[in-house]
Order: sequence, then structure tokens, then C-alpha cells
Amino acid sequence: MFDFLGHYDVLGAFWTTVQLTLLSALGSLVWGTLLAAMRVGPVPLMRGFGTAYVNIVRNIPLTVIILFSSLGLNQTLGVSLGAKGFDAINFRLAVLGLVVYTSAFVCEAIRAGINTVPVGQAEAARAIGLGFSQVLGLVVLPQAFRATVAPLTNVLIALTKNTTVAAAISVAEAALLMKKMIENEAQLMSISAVIAFGFVCLTLPTGLILGWVGKKVAVKR
Amino acid sequence: MTEVSVAKEDRAASDELVVLKSVNKHFGALHVLQDIDLTIDRGEVVVVIGPSGSGKSTLCRTINRLETIDSGTITIDGRPLPHEGRELARLRADVGMVFQSFNLFAHKTVLENVMLGQIKVRRADKKAAEEKARALLDRVGVGTQADKYPAQLSGGQQQRVAIARALAMNPKVMLFDEPTSALDPEMINEVLDVMRQLASEGMTMIVVTHEMGFARSAANRVVFMADGRIVEQAAPEQFFNNPRSDRAKDFLSKILHH
Repeated sequence: MFDFLGHYDVLGAFWTTVQLTLLSALGSLVWGTLLAAMRVGPVPLMRGFGTAYVNIVRNIPLTVIILFSSLGLNQTLGVSLGAKGFDAINFRLAVLGLVVYTSAFVCEAIRAGINTVPVGQAEAARAIGLGFSQVLGLVVLPQAFRATVAPLTNVLIALTKNTTVAAAISVAEAALLMKKMIENEAQLMSISAVIAFGFVCLTLPTGLILGWVGKKVAVKR
Repeated sequence: MTEVSVAKEDRAASDELVVLKSVNKHFGALHVLQDIDLTIDRGEVVVVIGPSGSGKSTLCRTINRLETIDSGTITIDGRPLPHEGRELARLRADVGMVFQSFNLFAHKTVLENVMLGQIKVRRADKKAAEEKARALLDRVGVGTQADKYPAQLSGGQQQRVAIARALAMNPKVMLFDEPTSALDPEMINEVLDVMRQLASEGMTMIVVTHEMGFARSAANRVVFMADGRIVEQAAPEQFFNNPRSDRAKDFLSKILHH
């Protein structure tokens, strides 16, 4: 029933999925944190930018963003992100698109986390002479992140599954392989089951491990 | 460099450490601080008392600009309070603050709480910061709790750690914003004792409190506020025995018969 699997590089495709996920997760964590810092910061221009970014980006379908990064950025504007060759360029563009999109959600999760930190924490930090970025980096964000593990886990799981959209620009990840297998084999049920099982294998441990981490690092008040 | 130190000495010659001149502040339509003039000398312990909502906490918080003011001037050691940024942060490091709700950094141990400002603001090296932190914690009587997290300590212990954290910055003046109001009665004295000791060592202190006993025993001057104004200020003996204003008489009659 599953003997067709021998003809395809299923593990390789999922490895690409994992790479897409990890790189995009890292990128969107950094960029999302910066956006959250802008949104709670004292500079009106940055606050405005952060708010506008989140509200625009999270309301655009991911498919549109990913297609734009390939058709718009690469084919029209010639952006290749330093890569050579169709596959490498599209992989990087897919990571870029996923970061752009996911960071809006990361930003909001972290901003919610920041709001769980009592205002007195920031006041005490300011009172001993820490500047804005120190207050945020040393006192508020470390506590906010701990409250953010659960919502960020959701974002990470969503991101893992969202990497399938990269199939739209022919990145050789799991969903593209699924499409190829469905075209070649008359095994729709088992193919879907294999791919679904693969994703569960990726996301279920993510949820369990991060759930445990979240409990472990929670700030006691 | 030499110019700076000369200027510092000049300022040190003056006895006035904190000066508020015609300070006004509104919260929306509420005029919480009305033409406040107040001068605190070096080494002086000033206790601010008054009914709830009289603006005494707000007054305390304007001195390190946790609350902004609408008009007037505040100078600390001859320098006007900067508006924002690095200058303001530097000034805040010289003004210790103790809050009603302690506000110890919840994700750091007691020791780390007292070291953080020394390392990140004063640029002290880690070893020196730890030594000083342990000494200060011993001084306020919580040396054995150094490696615990704030949530594992009692309120009184947390507040004493908060005092140590403020002292670690070598502040010129300490602000206490109702430091014992969130404490169980049995823990109030352990905090007041530390404050009394500080006062006797010559620390300049501005204390917003409801503890009349502390005002009597440790204050050089009592400032009585009501409805956003300073109604009366006097030495504690005089204030408690012979208040001049009706507002102060009324206030004292309500609280002093026990």
C-alpha cells in the first residue's frame, strides 16, 4: 500500500519543510520582537509604523505574499537575496515571505505578553536609571517571553503548516511532493495520510515540549 | 573633566538638594498638584502625610519624573530635571525609589535585583557588584535570602530588598512612596526600622506614609497635603501637638485617637 514511497524522497521534502520552518521561525521571532518593541516604544513614528505593519500584513493572505515575493520581488524587480539558481532563490524568497507574514503574529503575541508584565516592573527599572531599551531588554521582555511561550507555540505550529504555501512557488517541500505524488500515483488516501502524519510528527512534539518549557519558565508573582 | 568636578563641589556647597517651584499637574480635569513649592535640604528627612487623593504619591513620583508635570520646575542637586532619554536615566540613578508594591524584578533572584543597576547603569564589575549587594542585603537583614526569588519572600522582606536595591545605586536622595501600606501589620516595623536607621545615617529622604509613629520619631519635618496643596509644614512635634490649619486638625483628629 505504501510501496510507492520508495520512489520519492519523502524525508528530503520534510527536511526542506523543517528548514523553512526553523529559518522563518528565527527570522520572525527577531523581526516580530523588534516590531513589538516599536509598538510599545516612546517614538510616535515607530509606533505608527509597527501598528500599520501588523494591520496590513496580517490581513493579506500568505499565498499573496509568497507569490508576490517570487513574481514581484524576483521576476519583476530582480531581487535574488544573494542566491543563485531557481531553487535556492525561491527557497530564500519563501523564507522572506514567511518571516514578513509570521512576524505580524509574533509581534502581537509578544505585545500581549508585555501587557501581562505589571507596570511597576518597568517603573522600578526606570527608577534605578535604566534607559528604554534596557528596561525592555532586561526587565520587561524576559518576563513577557515567559508569558508568551504558549501563544508563540501556536504561531510556530501555524508556521510549520503554513510552509506548505511555499509549494506555490515550487519550493521542494512536503506539500509540493504531495502534489507530485498525487499526480503520479493512484493512492490519494495513503499519500494524504503520509503527509498528514509527517506534519503531526513535526508539530505534536513542538506543542508538548514548548508546553513543558512554558510551565517551567513561568514567572511566579 | 576638572570643570565638572568643580561644578559638583559648587553644588555640594548649597544645602538645597531637591527644589520644587510652583509645580502644577492635572489628571484630566483633576488638578492634583497645585502650585507646589517645596525645598528639601541635604540630610533632611521629610515625611509627607495627608488624606488619600491629596496628591502626595503623585508629588513623590514627579521627583524622578515617573509622573510628568504640567508647569513649574523641579531641580535636584542644582540641576533641572531632564525631560527624556539618557540624561533623565542618569538622574534617576541618583534618586532611589521604593514603591508601595515593592516591584522587585520577578524573574531575577534577590541578589540579581540588587546587582542589576550597579552593573548596567553604574558599570560596576560583577564581583564588586555582588560584594556590595550582599553587604546591603545583610544590612537590611535579608542576607540569607539572597538566592531566592522575590515571590518566595514575605512582603516585609521584599520591601527591604527593594530598599537595598535602591541603596545599591548610592542615591543622593531616597523617595519612599507608601512603603508600608501593602504590608501585614507585623511586618511594618521591620521596614520602618531599616528606614529609621537610614535616616539616622544622614540619608536625605522623602517619605509618603500613613505611619504617624515614624513621622514623629524619624522626620525632621512633616509636610501636610490636602486637595493637591501643601497646607502646612512644620517640625513633627509642633505639627502633631499644635497643628495650625483646620484641615490638619481635622485630619489628625480622625487618625490620632488610637
